[in-house]
Amino acid sequence: MMRNGAEMLIEALKREGVEVIFGFPGGVVIPVFDALYSEPAIKVVLTRHEQAAVHAADGYARSTGKTGVCLVTSGPGATNTATGLATANFDSVPIVCITGQVPLNMIGNDAFQEADTIGITRPITKHNYLVTERSELAATIKKAFIIAGSGRPGPVVIDLPKDIIVGKLDEEYPDEVKMRGYNPVLKGHIGQIKKAAELLAKAKRPLFYVGGGIQISGAAPAFRKVVKKTGVPVISSLMGIGAIESDHPLNLGMLGMHGTYAANMAVTECDLIFGVGTRFDDRATGKLESFAPHATIIHADIDPSAIARNVPVEIPIVGDAALVLEDLLPFAKPPSIDPWVKLVSGWKEEHPVVPEKSRGRLSPGVVVKKISEVFPEAIIATEVGQNQMWAALFYNYTQPRTLITSGGLGTMGYGFPAAIGVKIAHPDKTVIDIAGDGSIQMNIQEMATAVQEGLAVIIAVLNNGYLGMVRQWQELFYGKRYSGTCLKRRPECPEQCSNPGDQCLAYVPDFVKLAEAYDSVGIRVTKEEEIVPALKRAAEVKDRPVIIDFIIDEEANVWPMVPAGGANKDMLLGGVK
Amino acid sequence: MTHVISLLVENHQGVLVRIAGLFSGRAYNLESLTVGVTTDPAVSRVTLVCSGDDAVIEQIKKQLNKLVDVIKVIDLTGLKSINRELALVKVQAGPERRAEIIQVADVFRARVIDVGADSISLEVTGSTEKIDDLLSIIGTSAVQEMARSGLVSIERGRKTKKTAKGA
Ligand SMILES: Cc1ncc(C[n+]2csc(CCOP(=O)(O)OP(=O)(O)O)c2C)c(N)n1
Ligand SMILES: [Mg+2]
Repeated sequence: MMRNGAEMLIEALKREGVEVIFGFPGGVVIPVFDALYSEPAIKVVLTRHEQAAVHAADGYARSTGKTGVCLVTSGPGATNTATGLATANFDSVPIVCITGQVPLNMIGNDAFQEADTIGITRPITKHNYLVTERSELAATIKKAFIIAGSGRPGPVVIDLPKDIIVGKLDEEYPDEVKMRGYNPVLKGHIGQIKKAAELLAKAKRPLFYVGGGIQISGAAPAFRKVVKKTGVPVISSLMGIGAIESDHPLNLGMLGMHGTYAANMAVTECDLIFGVGTRFDDRATGKLESFAPHATIIHADIDPSAIARNVPVEIPIVGDAALVLEDLLPFAKPPSIDPWVKLVSGWKEEHPVVPEKSRGRLSPGVVVKKISEVFPEAIIATEVGQNQMWAALFYNYTQPRTLITSGGLGTMGYGFPAAIGVKIAHPDKTVIDIAGDGSIQMNIQEMATAVQEGLAVIIAVLNNGYLGMVRQWQELFYGKRYSGTCLKRRPECPEQCSNPGDQCLAYVPDFVKLAEAYDSVGIRVTKEEEIVPALKRAAEVKDRPVIIDFIIDEEANVWPMVPAGGANKDMLLGGVK
Repeated sequence: MTHVISLLVENHQGVLVRIAGLFSGRAYNLESLTVGVTTDPAVSRVTLVCSGDDAVIEQIKKQLNKLVDVIKVIDLTGLKSINRELALVKVQAGPERRAEIIQVADVFRARVIDVGADSISLEVTGSTEKIDDLLSIIGTSAVQEMARSGLVSIERGRKTKKTAKGA
């Protein structure tokens, strides 16, 4: 069929099952928006910033497993996607991002709104393409979807010069394409899996250590069966939360810098770690020399380069987490580890993760716990900082793909646009962005997007008046010199200030008024007894976003904490007794 | 340790940048990189020389393998391989030193390709060590200009009959 490039693109998206595109227009992509105008099968969500378009596609993808799609113009449109792409790349999120480009004959001329998009995005995508022949458009889109969604998923950019977008050609979308350099290994080596099962059966102090790979590959059901069959305790990375119920008796919680006492002690004392779908990254391992000093490590991951990169691995298994665990299941035997299970359960009881006591304002842990009680089946997105850690530690997750958070890159401003993508994919679910007052301002303009789409996303701002996570480091390691972290600062303030309190001038913006300015609902909560009513009120709102401004203790901290570069067992317990 | 890695890659624009970018982005040591076509015009062969401890080399190979445009990664280190480099060397040599330089060139089977009023230009091929040796005998202070190609390598043919390897 004769089509121009834009029409080919839309045909391709339909064939790939794409129902929604997050985008922002501009000169060279007008023909694509034009083709979408009369296309009922694909919804176009206009975000208010290209970064948010990528985060929204990312939230859509993380919460569904489908590939998220975004569409932006050349130059600034493309450069604005960089943080979104890097965020998705780090956390292995499938995205196809279509960027417009100046016409082929103008590339290299410093043409208006030209940017070297391929050059800029090369190190922050799984792969990228500049389409230089109209005849290669269809196959390139096909390749992009295959690469984005398979193996270790990731974002793929397709850069489309204007003449490719408008060029006409008689062609069809291919069912398959050949890529001889791209063959991800999915099936784990069965010999290795059997060896792993044997080691596991003989271990005295074994642990499963799960990461985001479990969510991505849909391995949670298989993993839960393996845990049930073996009775081996579980620790997880931030990205692994939800692989197993947070309150499962064998789940010791998250390890690492803000991990639980039980998880960090267990990883230090264990004699075997069976890691699945995790990178053993530095926030989780702490100081490598003292990470799991007594443990033999089995590591299954779909990315060979993630194996044995940070820790020595006895049994490497390259493969998809779900397939590996399904293959493991028949061979897995329960080791005799009663004393070990008793020991780790003891650690859990001795030092449970409990909210800090209120120092006059709300305790953030209490707020998140109430959110968990009122909305036990929500999908939680987070910003970055203390809010993210409190969301990880205090919400009770029961299902995979329900904690949507920027783990690898740690992108402030991720949570709200991601929540928009999540809500579009799951209109019937409660979607809550647990936010910091700093991070939320990084993409607050997306209120307009949420209003435009009638999305009842709840933004729970844990408002401490600070870039709290940085302030916590300053409090603990920089003598309380709160340099560049106070968000209440005004010209009237003293040069230096380490004493936030009632003397401070009003916080800007006023999040309640801000919500109202966006024709949305704003609620301020200052007392503990107001938390639940506010959440219930928010639940009543069905057609627009709600901001709840929880005024929390300014100097509330995240505990436990392993100081940067320290050993996991040397965590500071702070207020957690 | 230094490794010689041979890659078969799709002959696309941008492939070299991806490879070079991987080395710069991850702070790996890249000593030389050469590229040329193979008998299949859609495939190029890249030879790269890099260094690092075993763990780093392992990562380099895994990361190269992950690149969509890389079809095959062969670490020639430890395999029987043929490694050659070409150097063009312009040596400072007035008439009084010419004979000596030509003699040295002879020993290294270098060819004299140009003689100027106060210089001689040599072309030499061989292993990296051979070229280094030649240069140290001539003395680096006498070298006016030099261009080295970087290493190109292939695996040696099997001495017993078996199916031949691709491009
Ligand atoms: C884009 C970006 N810039 C800077 C940082 C560094 N950073 C990490 S946490 C944090 C503070 C976040 O403040 P807020 O959103 O108020 O969260 P809180 O820690 O107070 O809960 C900062 C600045 C980051 N992660 N992302
Ligand atoms: Mg804050």
